[in-house]
Amino acid sequence: MSTEAQAADPPGLGVTMARGGEGPAPVSIVVSYGFWIFLLSDIIMFSALFATYAVLSGQTAGGPSPKQLFALRHVGIETLCLLFSSYTCGLGMLALRNRSSGGFYLAFGLTFVLGATFLGLEFSEFASMIAQGAGPSRSAFLSAFFTLVGLHGAHVTAGLLWLCFMVAQFSVRGPRDFVRRRLLCFSLFWHALDIIWVALMSMVYLMGAR
Amino acid sequence: MLGKLSWGAIPLNQPIPMAASLFIIVGMLGVLGLVTWKRWWSYLWREWLTSVDHKRIGVMYVLLALVLLLRGFIDAIMMRSQLAIAAGGAQGYLPPEHYDQIFSAHGTIMIFFMAMPFMIGLMNFVVPLQLGVRDVAFPVLNAISFWLTASGALLVNISLVVGEFARTGWLAYPPLSELQFSPGVGVDYYLWSLEISGIGSLLAGINLVTTILKMRAPGMTYMRMPVFCWTALAANMLIVAAFPILTATFGMLLLDRYADMHFFTNNGGGNMMLFINLIWAWGHPEVYILILPAFGIFSEVIATFSGKALFGYRSMVLATLAICVLSFTVWLHHFFTMGAGANVNAFFGIMSMIIAVPTGVKIFNWLFTLYQGRVRFEVPTLWALGFMVTFVIGGLTGVLMAVPPADFVLHNSVFLVAHFHNVIIGGVLFGAMAGYNYWFPKAFGFTLDRRLGFVSFWCWQIGFYLAFIPLYVLGLLGMTRRMQHYAELSWQPYLIVAEVGALVILCGIIATIAQLVVSIRTRAQRRDRTGDPWGGRTLEWSTASPPPPYNFAVLPEVQSLDAFWVSKQRGPAAAPERYPSIRVPRNSPNGFVTAFFAVLTGFALIWHIWWMAILGLGCAVLTLIAFGWMERVEDLVPGEQLAAAERSRLEGASAP
Repeated sequence: MSTEAQAADPPGLGVTMARGGEGPAPVSIVVSYGFWIFLLSDIIMFSALFATYAVLSGQTAGGPSPKQLFALRHVGIETLCLLFSSYTCGLGMLALRNRSSGGFYLAFGLTFVLGATFLGLEFSEFASMIAQGAGPSRSAFLSAFFTLVGLHGAHVTAGLLWLCFMVAQFSVRGPRDFVRRRLLCFSLFWHALDIIWVALMSMVYLMGAR
Repeated sequence: MLGKLSWGAIPLNQPIPMAASLFIIVGMLGVLGLVTWKRWWSYLWREWLTSVDHKRIGVMYVLLALVLLLRGFIDAIMMRSQLAIAAGGAQGYLPPEHYDQIFSAHGTIMIFFMAMPFMIGLMNFVVPLQLGVRDVAFPVLNAISFWLTASGALLVNISLVVGEFARTGWLAYPPLSELQFSPGVGVDYYLWSLEISGIGSLLAGINLVTTILKMRAPGMTYMRMPVFCWTALAANMLIVAAFPILTATFGMLLLDRYADMHFFTNNGGGNMMLFINLIWAWGHPEVYILILPAFGIFSEVIATFSGKALFGYRSMVLATLAICVLSFTVWLHHFFTMGAGANVNAFFGIMSMIIAVPTGVKIFNWLFTLYQGRVRFEVPTLWALGFMVTFVIGGLTGVLMAVPPADFVLHNSVFLVAHFHNVIIGGVLFGAMAGYNYWFPKAFGFTLDRRLGFVSFWCWQIGFYLAFIPLYVLGLLGMTRRMQHYAELSWQPYLIVAEVGALVILCGIIATIAQLVVSIRTRAQRRDRTGDPWGGRTLEWSTASPPPPYNFAVLPEVQSLDAFWVSKQRGPAAAPERYPSIRVPRNSPNGFVTAFFAVLTGFALIWHIWWMAILGLGCAVLTLIAFGWMERVEDLVPGEQLAAAERSRLEGASAP
């Protein structure tokens, strides 16, 4: 770069502001960066529902309150399943990097089983609440609860479908670049679901069962 | 079998909607017939409907916006005509239930399907060219975004023929929009079309943010980006941060309506003010999503046609980012009357006044750019100057309403209606028209007719003042918005003036159409072979008009702000010795197919046709899986072809 060109820049720029002139980023960076932005938007959607829950959680309309409904032991097992599935998902990504396809299938198989167990537990919780007459149309609190927790569950379901798709694609196509990029995005997604669950468990269950 | 759908859904007994739907159906059949007769289908499918080229997608967005501008304007002139006659005992020609649908459709269409596609279309077309790159970050996703937006627009227009549209205003406040008070399908049409197009907007936002932050020509540091790219970045960051709130809020209202939940209902502990807070937490950033790109367009236009670098580039960037952040701290000024208390209202009032400061900075920057410049009064310049006058007036009335006690008087009066039309027409629409006239030659290789452009501008400018200044007066006189008729006869003269203003704007719209038709017919004389008809400053003018699919044969090396201007000052650069081959993404029907199933699913959900909804959704998911299974194919453009294209371009540019 010539000195003349530098003179044409606006004055007083720090080094940090002048960065970013390396040309278009490689596709692996672009894809995971774009997916990050998507995850941020997803977290904002959840935050709207968290805000709604915070406003409506006291509005039981004479129906059951959080304290009467939540069983912390049940939630604790759910949490363990989900957090462990994130760990196995990380192991799967390591296996992918180390080119160990046995490890890959084992780790992602475990991820699937743990995720499915989480969903099964959540489903049984929902079913028992609805059986007690505490369904989503009972009160504003329950509408907000089922929507917030249910949206997370819907994300986990979508994640499980995506996981099956990726494992199938990996087994047919092998560790090609585009398969690796998608697996990276999947693992970002799966970890983000954990972050949301931690917030959800603290705000909905722990604060509600007090 | 067909849910709530029956022959009764078609409003055969109402002449006005029937005439309107007949007009639309005949128009659509006419277009389809013409395409069939001229045997354009395969060209249309190959080159446009399946295109993943950001330029083609941008053009389609703008076309969609222009068509829906017509639809929204017809709604507007119907309302103005109604109010010009419905004084005293008169009821006018529109019954209340129809009038309510018209004002709801007008607002919904103008914001979501006119202003949004116009701005996203211009950003889509221009941003990669200004950044000096070959496409957006995710070309196929870009097509999906467009087609989802078009799906939403289609659903809104289907509501004219089959069923009804919402009667709730453009934001569908509960409890009116709840099932109890709006049992028809109107609100469902509104909600599903906006959910579908909202996902499209969100994906477009993600795409453009990633493009701007991760894909720029070598040497283009942040502080060398054109201002339009900065405003596009800010607007798209706002899309990413705000649209998920809209999706969640409408989702909750849908659950209230479909699953008997109690988010916003009167009973069961619901809280309708929660909806209003959430919707404006999206809604206020939304107005900046629309206006920030317009600010960027004016910055480009004023710098180009003043023949000067933009005054205060850094302050412009800072002001843009300040607006981007502050836009999330003012939402409560839309409902000071909620009764949140003096301190809360004072906070939001002060924040609303503070956000006017960076906007003022921008106005002064534009003035100082014009100062001592060699200003050329082309059509985009006039739109920019008209904007500066009009927008300042709109901004001042906005600051006035940011004072909570004043707002208590003006809330929901037509003063408010005049204010936001003042900033949205004077800001967003004038910006869109400036950008349309400015970048049209880049998109199609010929300029738009100048004389008819001036006619269009002056009609809009004069018509705007005639149509909306009376509304300021009426608002102060106490006229509330959304009235179908009124008893107060002294209001009528003002409303007749407003009607005349709408007619003058109609002349402006006719002039815009005439401008397009005349320019296409005389395109041979107005061909631009240089690729730089205005003496541009930024990289989009450095390539051919229209640009080749790959935009740049060799990515430009950026060495300063206003990169193209500086390179022109240095004289012609030596042609590169060799052109490396490049890859371009191959067209894909993914977007079109996804949108087809989105329309199917949306329509089925609106009418409670559950089997069709499951079928549509299942097919949409299968589409995604099928396209995800295939590896994306890219076509190779060999170096020799690039070299030949560049040679013929440079010869064409140097020919007289």
